[in-house]
Amino acid sequence: MVDINKLEFGIETFGDIVANEDGSVKTAAESIRQIIHEGEIADQYGIDVIGVGEHHRPDYSVSSPEIVLGAIASVTKNIKLATAVTVLSSDDPVRVYERFATLDGLSNGRAQVMLGRGSFTESFPLFGYDLTDYDDLFNEKLELYKKLQAETPVTWSGKFRASLKNQEVYPKTEKGELETYIGIGGSPESIIRAARFGYKVILAIIGGQADRFKPYIDLYHQAAKKYDMPEYPIAVHSHGFIADDGDDAKKVAFKNIKANFDRIGLTRGWAPMSREQFDGETKNGSFYVGTPEVVAQRIARTIDLLGLGRFDLVYGAGNQTAAQRERMIELFGTKVIPRVKEILTEKEAAK
Amino acid sequence: MTIKRVGIIGAGKVGIVLAGLALNAGYEVRISGSGSTEKIDLTIKTLVPGAIAAENEEVVANSDIIILAIPLSRYRNIDAGLFKNKLVIDATNYWWETDGIREEVLSPDSTSSEQVQAYFKDATIVKGFNHMGYHNLQEEAHAKGDAKRKALFITGDNHEAVDTVAQFVDTMGFDQIVHYNLADGIMTEPGSPLFGASLNYEDLKQIIDHFDETEFCKKVAASKFNE
Ligand SMILES: NC(=O)c1ccc[n+]([C@@H]2O[C@H](COP(=O)([O-])OP(=O)(O)OC[C@H]3O[C@@H](n4cnc5c(N)ncnc54)[C@H](OP(=O)(O)O)[C@@H]3O)[C@@H](O)[C@H]2O)c1
Repeated sequence: MVDINKLEFGIETFGDIVANEDGSVKTAAESIRQIIHEGEIADQYGIDVIGVGEHHRPDYSVSSPEIVLGAIASVTKNIKLATAVTVLSSDDPVRVYERFATLDGLSNGRAQVMLGRGSFTESFPLFGYDLTDYDDLFNEKLELYKKLQAETPVTWSGKFRASLKNQEVYPKTEKGELETYIGIGGSPESIIRAARFGYKVILAIIGGQADRFKPYIDLYHQAAKKYDMPEYPIAVHSHGFIADDGDDAKKVAFKNIKANFDRIGLTRGWAPMSREQFDGETKNGSFYVGTPEVVAQRIARTIDLLGLGRFDLVYGAGNQTAAQRERMIELFGTKVIPRVKEILTEKEAAK
Repeated sequence: MTIKRVGIIGAGKVGIVLAGLALNAGYEVRISGSGSTEKIDLTIKTLVPGAIAAENEEVVANSDIIILAIPLSRYRNIDAGLFKNKLVIDATNYWWETDGIREEVLSPDSTSSEQVQAYFKDATIVKGFNHMGYHNLQEEAHAKGDAKRKALFITGDNHEAVDTVAQFVDTMGFDQIVHYNLADGIMTEPGSPLFGASLNYEDLKQIIDHFDETEFCKKVAASKFNE
């Protein structure tokens, strides 16, 4: 059952380059400054979390999300500051923990880590890792990170990093642990792994109907029971775009989400997104696009269907203008979130 | 050949989806991962109740048709003789996340299914189920005649085997476009306009029949010519 009072709503940006009104694009530096402003308004609209991605490519502005989050921290009061995601496979868990513990200190305990494998290859050669170790790197680093999370002296050894012998990592956080999610796609093995380590789970639903994840969420709970680990409500992140006019929303979303997906597709050799595919995703699938009412109905359905504790909308995909991005955040905070809660309250009452 | 028992090697995203489709179609289904049955038990019980979790040998021994649904870079971990005299549908593709650097997995002068066939030389390999994303496979399987039905490209060197697979694919919920040449599998490898696409019969046929006009085909031809 969904606990409406505890539901959380987030926005996430991958740090896409922002467009000017005339269609030209802003610099990466300008795009970064835009995110700080968006964090500020998201906080004012009462959105619970902002997530910033990590990429090492020309089409994205942010490679060091903690620094951006640190700046957002200084102009906000309540919003949680998350990464979406930290590419743990090509990072050092010790440094990740230190950076987030620092962010947590300067933001009064609002830092949140989302660990993932990333969907691009650049960070591997950049930081001296072998792509062939993709899976092993992630596994090993998750294990070390879990030890660090206890904030007690760590003894550990592995294949990809120097061993630790009874060593402390600083600073310690005030709560004694960093809130940490693990971002996963659709593989059963990764769900079981998350449950086995005791991480919170955020599911990336970036294609197809949310319905097909229902059994996977059962699997998470079954696995947590089997390994005697805590069970948390599942979070979901999906792409979306909200505008006052439904047709405008679809037009902007098609152009920009398509550009984003096609770019990822290029690195994997999959075919460009067709209009049919986009329309299917928008109608029944994992793109939340349209007026606040349409988006609210669809988000409420997903939350109810999957029994979620949190829903994050990925915003700003492709090259959107600052006005489009800011209006979307405003509509999400002021219209969509209250409406989703209202719909869910009615649904619960009807049950 | 009548097919009653389906064996799936690989209990990941695709393997699970295909196991579900096969159960829906009324087959007896066995499925394995790389390790012990215990490792996939909970997954199979929860996601595809009714399928039997097993290890590779047991799956192969008790199946009339086998679907290979593991990362392409891992097929050499399987004993080359395991599929002896078996009909195997090769659903694998090169995918960097699991396979690493392409050149280390695939030789440039062949196609991926030909390499799989060369390794499992006593098996009959037919390529299929590889070019549609797993959630499309799950959501877009429809009964014959349904207007929303999508099509899959099936190809292999052995006529009879290809026809058997085509019939099987039909029962799994998809129309088929059939070629009798394993090397034509290149048409659905990553980079092709068919890879990741979910098309109906007419649209798939249109691209297959005019494949030599695609940018991908020209690129493949050019790289072969340069060697
Ligand atoms: N994802 C798609 O949309 C899609 C669509 C069509 C085709 N394909 C292709 O289908 C294949 C599987 O993809 P996927 O996405 O399902 O990958 P996946 O989720 O990573 O699953 C791969 C599965 O194969 C198992 N495996 C590995 N080595 C094995 C071995 N020697 N014997 C038995 N099982 C073994 C793994 O088990 P362990 O976890 O125990 O290692 C895992 O269960 C790939 O070649 C892919 O390119 C994918």
